[in-house]
Amino acid sequence: MAANDPWAVELENVTVAFGRTVALQDVSLHVRRGEFVGIVGPNGSGKTTLLRTVLGLVRPVRGEVRVLGTPVDRLGAVRQRLGYVPQLASIDPRFPVHVLDVVLMGRYGQIGLFHRPSAADRRAAQAALARVGMADLAERQIGQLSGGQRQRVLIARALAVEPQILLLDEPATGVDPVTSSSLYELLNQLHEEGITIMMVSHDVGVVSQYVDQVACLNCRLVVHGRPEEVLTTEVVEGCYGCGTMFLTHGALPHIMVGSHRKKGLTARVSPAAQHKPAGE
Amino acid sequence: MFDILSYTFMQRALLASTLIGAICAIIGVYVVLKSLAFIGSGIAHASFGGVALGYLLGWNLIFSAAVFSLLTALGIGAVSRRSQVREDTAIGIFFATSMALGIVLIGLLQGYNVDLFGFLFGSVLAVSQQDLWLSVGMGLLVLLTVGLFYKEFLFISFDAEMAQVVGLPAAALYYLLLALIALTVVISLKVVGIILVEALIVTPAAAAYQLTDDLGRMMGASVAIGILSAVVGLFLSYWLNIASGATIVLTAALLFGLATALSPRRRAVAEAPAEGEEAAQGAAE
Repeated sequence: MAANDPWAVELENVTVAFGRTVALQDVSLHVRRGEFVGIVGPNGSGKTTLLRTVLGLVRPVRGEVRVLGTPVDRLGAVRQRLGYVPQLASIDPRFPVHVLDVVLMGRYGQIGLFHRPSAADRRAAQAALARVGMADLAERQIGQLSGGQRQRVLIARALAVEPQILLLDEPATGVDPVTSSSLYELLNQLHEEGITIMMVSHDVGVVSQYVDQVACLNCRLVVHGRPEEVLTTEVVEGCYGCGTMFLTHGALPHIMVGSHRKKGLTARVSPAAQHKPAGE
Repeated sequence: MFDILSYTFMQRALLASTLIGAICAIIGVYVVLKSLAFIGSGIAHASFGGVALGYLLGWNLIFSAAVFSLLTALGIGAVSRRSQVREDTAIGIFFATSMALGIVLIGLLQGYNVDLFGFLFGSVLAVSQQDLWLSVGMGLLVLLTVGLFYKEFLFISFDAEMAQVVGLPAAALYYLLLALIALTVVISLKVVGIILVEALIVTPAAAAYQLTDDLGRMMGASVAIGILSAVVGLFLSYWLNIASGATIVLTAALLFGLATALSPRRRAVAEAPAEGEEAAQGAAE
């Protein structure tokens, strides 16, 4: 590791288990500041758990997690540099709140107990809404929004934090193609502004267009590297099949760690490899 | 017609019912929105053990019920957050155990259980001056706490995980909310009783939920429905000479039915009913 810390998020040999179910096994992943990382993998591969671990919502049974150089169990004020966009399904659309109220919640950590949102907080919330193209719907009740609009409210809430790291869990699920492409454009802009982004996604094809790095996850399997390197037929099949291998790019060049190869699967990290979307 | 108000016991009863109608209605909003109806019911039933223990030790019953309910609330909270046991299972075990404990303790007292019946089903006309003051004190505490933590309770009810992410003490707030439910249950015991208190917490809030999609207005409507149920129920029970707690709860259930019939929330029909509504219907039956 470099002396002045270039890492936004570091996971070292992290294992997460719920009871006897292992959700993540021995995962190491390093995300540089300003990097846009896509996390792909099949259902149940631990993608969401990975985000939740970085957010400190889940405690690993083994391994270390650091966010902006701070151990995740002692984040303190570092929390206020994290923006999180949970899966849309985690929100009850019939809850009696308005769009602006939801976005303002992103500011609650900074506002602190016993204080009301200030004019500055409201401006930040409005600005975040404007950013996702929802400024004129601030007074709507969340139940009156479409799925795509509700998703944008959750993104605005994460942006209202004014985060350094943005973590998104399947932001394009249930969103129409037009909305989702404007969503990716927005993420691209945020990326260019220097925000570190970790995005969980099903859509390997889209991920490869926008991100700097892809992490392929299947409980323990992580292939991590540039999309054109990682998203080879073999790796994607290995990820979505049940093969296990472990590859990390702690320091370039890429190193293969561990000897978890099974079923004859090999991770070939060759820049010449063509990319192919998953499921083909 | 209202000359019954010249009786001191009736004045106290009216004051007490109005107060608990309002407080139950406010706490009920969180109970409905955060789907805590079963937890509330568990806490209420567990307070029976506290009342019995209070008899045995010669303590003030409201006080002993408060201590017991608070401990139960925190216990249920801890189990539901940490343990491998499913939350509803844990609550079921907690409240059955506590009720059983109460019954055993009453057995030890032999024959001295007239007032216990009042605690089970409510006896608003037997509210003493001391009970009233205790209720006022605890009620103000509940209102003050809700006022202080309004935006935090809103956040943990809507999205507890995100609340934790932005750095709110989500676990502590959850326990605080459970403690407020426990206190609300306790101050309501004399009026509606252990068995029915949950209905008075859930029903006005569930009715209000049918009428508006703004949290502030939902609280206002819930309080109005809670107070209306308490006052109308109290007078009806007096004139018809029937149990006051049950009459109050039935009035609230009637208002819930009206609110549902008049609900502008038509979209809710297409989807599954919320837990709060089911619980309200279940409790009112």
